Amino acid sequence: MGKLILGAPLSAKIGLLIILCYVFTAVFAPWIAPYSETAIVGSSYELWTEQFIFGTDNIGRDMLSRLIFGARNTIGIAFATVIIAFLIGGVTGMLAAILGGWYDMAISRLVDILMAVPSLIFALLLLTIFGTSVLSLILIIAVLDSTRVFRISRSAAMNVVVMEFVEAARLRGEGMWWVIRKEVLPNIMAPLLAEFGLRFCFVFLFIAALSFLGLGIQPPTADWGSMVRENAPLINYNDITPLLPAAAIAGLTVAVNFVVDWMLHLSSGLRSD
Amino acid sequence: MSSLTKVILQRLGLGVLTLFAVSLIIAFAVELLPGDITQAMLGQSATPETVAAFRAEIGLDRPAHIRYLQWLKGMLTGDMGRSLASKREITEFIGTRLSNTLFLGGVAAAIAVPLALFLGLLAALYRNSIYDRIVNLTTLTSISFPEFFVAYILILFLSVKSGIFPGISNVSTDLAFGDKLFRTLLPALTLTLVVLAHMLRMTRAAIINLLSSPYIEMAHLKGVRRFRVITHHALPNAWGPIVNVIALNLAYLVVGVVVVEVVFVYPGLGQLLVDSVSKRDLPVVQACAMIFAAVYILLNLLSDIVSIVSNPRLLHPR
Repeated sequence: MGKLILGAPLSAKIGLLIILCYVFTAVFAPWIAPYSETAIVGSSYELWTEQFIFGTDNIGRDMLSRLIFGARNTIGIAFATVIIAFLIGGVTGMLAAILGGWYDMAISRLVDILMAVPSLIFALLLLTIFGTSVLSLILIIAVLDSTRVFRISRSAAMNVVVMEFVEAARLRGEGMWWVIRKEVLPNIMAPLLAEFGLRFCFVFLFIAALSFLGLGIQPPTADWGSMVRENAPLINYNDITPLLPAAAIAGLTVAVNFVVDWMLHLSSGLRSD
Repeated sequence: MSSLTKVILQRLGLGVLTLFAVSLIIAFAVELLPGDITQAMLGQSATPETVAAFRAEIGLDRPAHIRYLQWLKGMLTGDMGRSLASKREITEFIGTRLSNTLFLGGVAAAIAVPLALFLGLLAALYRNSIYDRIVNLTTLTSISFPEFFVAYILILFLSVKSGIFPGISNVSTDLAFGDKLFRTLLPALTLTLVVLAHMLRMTRAAIINLLSSPYIEMAHLKGVRRFRVITHHALPNAWGPIVNVIALNLAYLVVGVVVVEVVFVYPGLGQLLVDSVSKRDLPVVQACAMIFAAVYILLNLLSDIVSIVSNPRLLHPR
């Protein structure tokens, strides 16, 4: 593992380092942040001073502290969503590959239809019906995104299921879960991991966009997408403060993309293109 | 009937079927809510009379299949029902919104498509050169940017600091074309940057894929000049993949438009959709979702058909 990372291209190393910084900030947020997440500590839109390094937001909360807590909320919610999406999509995808037949047909057609509509449009429709809460946000996006995971895990598992060792395991009388866990999953782990990074970027940007539209994570929770929205008027006064949370979002997705790019290279057998 | 028309008719049929299935989902998504939608929308304190009135208003007092058929008929004949929030006929205001959005998308596509094809082609031809590496890193970076980040950076530099463009694109129908174009340019530029990276990468991959095929190698080996290989051997076969890339990204543009419209307060369909979602104005959301979905499906269908028409191998599958 260590050797692998040392041999990675520079962009991937930088990406890994940045991701570690974000995770560190998210985990230790309460100890790093100078003020609490929701405390009103000054008047609104204060300038950058020593007391408030990035100034204060629209109702006088410390910008830096909210940026730090935002790491925890924004990344945490996106991460939870992707995990659920992978649980749903991965399991149904592998089952479709193993069972085949009508189960595969039915669920594949359903996924086709769900994927025929842009997920933003679907998500907006469902948010109208279920209302905007963190729980419905996570579940809606996880279900919509699991269709993409289903496609990947199904097609990857398809190639494994026809192998002799899977047939041998089945003839031995091993159960379905055993086959999935011990035979299929280890063999499709590499493409799934790269896909995990891609899906994380997508979901992370997706939630940020919804929060920016005021339909995602709701105040007073500190979240980068809604922070851009709350402080957007400042941009007209030549103040770059609203760009900070947006840059925080961009920084993490860029870093993850750099690492994923390298992982895709590895799993494609080090091809040059 | 030739096999070509047969395949195309098949695809068209599949597209209509998909549209139908999607309309079913959009119409019946309401039923997903555990309990009653009226409770969720009006709150616990609503009196039985208001609940009954609301149910009649959105048609919940009729059986589901009749409600769906009426809704579908309305969608097809241009009678989309009434907005819950403003009580106006949806058809009255959705038309100008749609044309504004199409205008914005059109301007963005007119800038993005030629630029992406040209830059992508260059990156493919000079593969692994410094130019290619820079293109790879910058496109990878800009794919990772949220749309509103790009939008606000452009506002900061092109509107606030230099004052070239207005930061708000309040276009209206009575504006002259030139004026409308000028006010649309900043959001269109944002959209361009958002889709450019995707389109460029896909063009590059498609061309590289093509250049590695045996007949190109053959042409090189028999001594054909590089330029002629591209124009006579590669390009005729590249139209399929290229049109595919364009159509896919136009479909992507349809969605990207939502966030960009909100940033620039551009009076398009996307902004209407977002406003209606926060007001929980279900009929308007359904109408907007159906239009967005239809455009998206049609563009994907188009890319499908073009790739069939331009690819002899797909035309005569073995």
